[in-house]
Amino acid sequence: MGKWEDNKAWFLVLPVFVLVAISAIIPLMTVVNYSVQDIFGPGERYFVGIEWFEEMLANKRLHDALWRQFLFSGLVLLIEIPLGVLIALAMPKRGWGVSVSLVLLALPLLIPWNVIGTIWIIFTRPDIGLLGVAINGLGVEFDHTAAPLDAWITVMLMEVWHWTPLVALLAYAGLRAIPEAYFQAARIDGASPWAVFRYIQLPKMRGVLTIAVLLRFMDSFLIYAEPFVLTGGGPGNSTTFLSIYLVKLSTAMDVGPAAAFSIIYFLIILLFSWLFYQALQNVGTGDRQ
Amino acid sequence: MARIELKQIAHSYLPKPEAESDYALRRHDHVWRDGGAYALLGPSGCGKTTLLNVISGLIQPTEGRVLYDGEDVTDLPPQRRNIAQVFQFPVIYDTMTVYENLAFPLKNRGIDAARIEARVGEVAEMLELTPYLRRRAMALGADAKQKISLGRGLVRSDVAAILFDEPLTVIDPHLKWQLRRKLKQIHERYHLTLIYVTHDQNEALTLADQVAVMVEGEIVQVGTPQDLFEDPQHTFVGYFIGSPGMNILPCAVEPGAAVVDGQRIPLDGRLSDKAGTVQGALELGVRPEYLSLAESGANGAVPVAVKRVEDLGNYKIATLSLGAHTIKAKLPEDQDVPGEQAFLTFPPERTKLYADGRLVA
Repeated sequence: MGKWEDNKAWFLVLPVFVLVAISAIIPLMTVVNYSVQDIFGPGERYFVGIEWFEEMLANKRLHDALWRQFLFSGLVLLIEIPLGVLIALAMPKRGWGVSVSLVLLALPLLIPWNVIGTIWIIFTRPDIGLLGVAINGLGVEFDHTAAPLDAWITVMLMEVWHWTPLVALLAYAGLRAIPEAYFQAARIDGASPWAVFRYIQLPKMRGVLTIAVLLRFMDSFLIYAEPFVLTGGGPGNSTTFLSIYLVKLSTAMDVGPAAAFSIIYFLIILLFSWLFYQALQNVGTGDRQ
Repeated sequence: MARIELKQIAHSYLPKPEAESDYALRRHDHVWRDGGAYALLGPSGCGKTTLLNVISGLIQPTEGRVLYDGEDVTDLPPQRRNIAQVFQFPVIYDTMTVYENLAFPLKNRGIDAARIEARVGEVAEMLELTPYLRRRAMALGADAKQKISLGRGLVRSDVAAILFDEPLTVIDPHLKWQLRRKLKQIHERYHLTLIYVTHDQNEALTLADQVAVMVEGEIVQVGTPQDLFEDPQHTFVGYFIGSPGMNILPCAVEPGAAVVDGQRIPLDGRLSDKAGTVQGALELGVRPEYLSLAESGANGAVPVAVKRVEDLGNYKIATLSLGAHTIKAKLPEDQDVPGEQAFLTFPPERTKLYADGRLVA
């Protein structure tokens, strides 16, 4: 064995290093590079330091989009996690019902994201859409292209329809992995269905629910295609989420501010994912000495 | 405390059982005496766990009734039978402390806090869990977790019987005997009916006063360890209990002798007479411990070929062949075994006869 510096094993690591460099490090560094320069054209650029960051952090429209984003992600987690768990609890445990429900649940996950936006545009149209016509037929004015609240309701419905199945599938997998003896012991201990859920099923689903919360938080925080297709960020700016705003910025050729904004965006997601992870790992495991 | 009676009990996991082999538990009657310590011994897949779950009510039997002290409980769910069950893998409630785990069955039954505290304190004291009461149960070792599972059964003062389903499988060997002794103490103190499923004969023989041997969904013999050893009622019991197990040889019967591959092995006269009256394939069974070597073919000794001799310290195991059949004999350590040819004495009073696996007596 040679010393670690001239060990041939480094060559084995090289492909991974190249892949990660191309897929992550170089693009990220490019963004960092843009974020500290003002670029007017080829060869015409000036170093501006953290000016773009300061400008972005003080940007009123960014703040609005950020709060909107938190509200959206918060609602997504509040609705999709409990709903997914409920669906998983209600799913059949054996027999033909298992495959049927798994396939039905997986369907929304298989549809391309911008197609989902299109489906919901048609579905909720007040003139020809099944849902739109039905609601308006009940005497309730509903038009997601005109009223901000209606737009929000439609985006939320679409999001819940699209992604709750993922939570349900994860929770179902978690539930199926609990050994039968736990339920048998609980029956002998005289536990109520609520106690079985509270003390067996929920704690045993901790792992999969951690993953579900992280995935749903990250994905919903990054959401772009579906609301962009459905509402285009409107009416007004009422459904302009962070990534929609980011694309508006960068297509306006404000590469510097857009890059600074991207980095801030990235750090927010990183921070919150870490916080969620820590919180879920520690809940209910501390020693109550 | 209770006497548990099984009447014509049978269970099948199939919706419409037809052949006898469709049953995981073959139809039978059995009585578990009040306060008895029973071991249920048998190979994997013989229906031990099914039987246990039928008793505890986790499984509704396909046929038959379960009676506790004469009262029919067949239709009652497990929580309404006064029974506790400890499973192969320790079941604990992860998010609870040891105290909360032990208090759980009482809390579910709406018992007041002061009584819960007294009961949990007493049980924890006996199981030596007191120092851990305020700790998370999840952080403890497998043996402590298994004690908690047991404790959840013991806290209920109305418990009639405790069922154990191979509870020491995941416990380290040096902790096993401690837990086993604890179980014995508990049995002596509370006089609970105890049914202990295991496939380890040592565990069964040390723990229980009565051992039930099960094979293919059927209890083939219940008895003290001595009964099982000296008087196996079924060839399976002979083969399963003891190490090495009983020698089982297919045979024909003549007056006063069994004939194995043309060799006459003396039998009790009463036994050979009876053999003529029973149906089924006959087999001769003899424990390796009861065989001895003889100088010559006199007195009914049978010539055998010596294949192998293993010296195991304080005894020897000789592997011998009688015609096409292999026989093992357990011999004293100072016994000289001839190299090739030897003569084997079968004591007639220890030589059993089986018809279709069941003892002819």
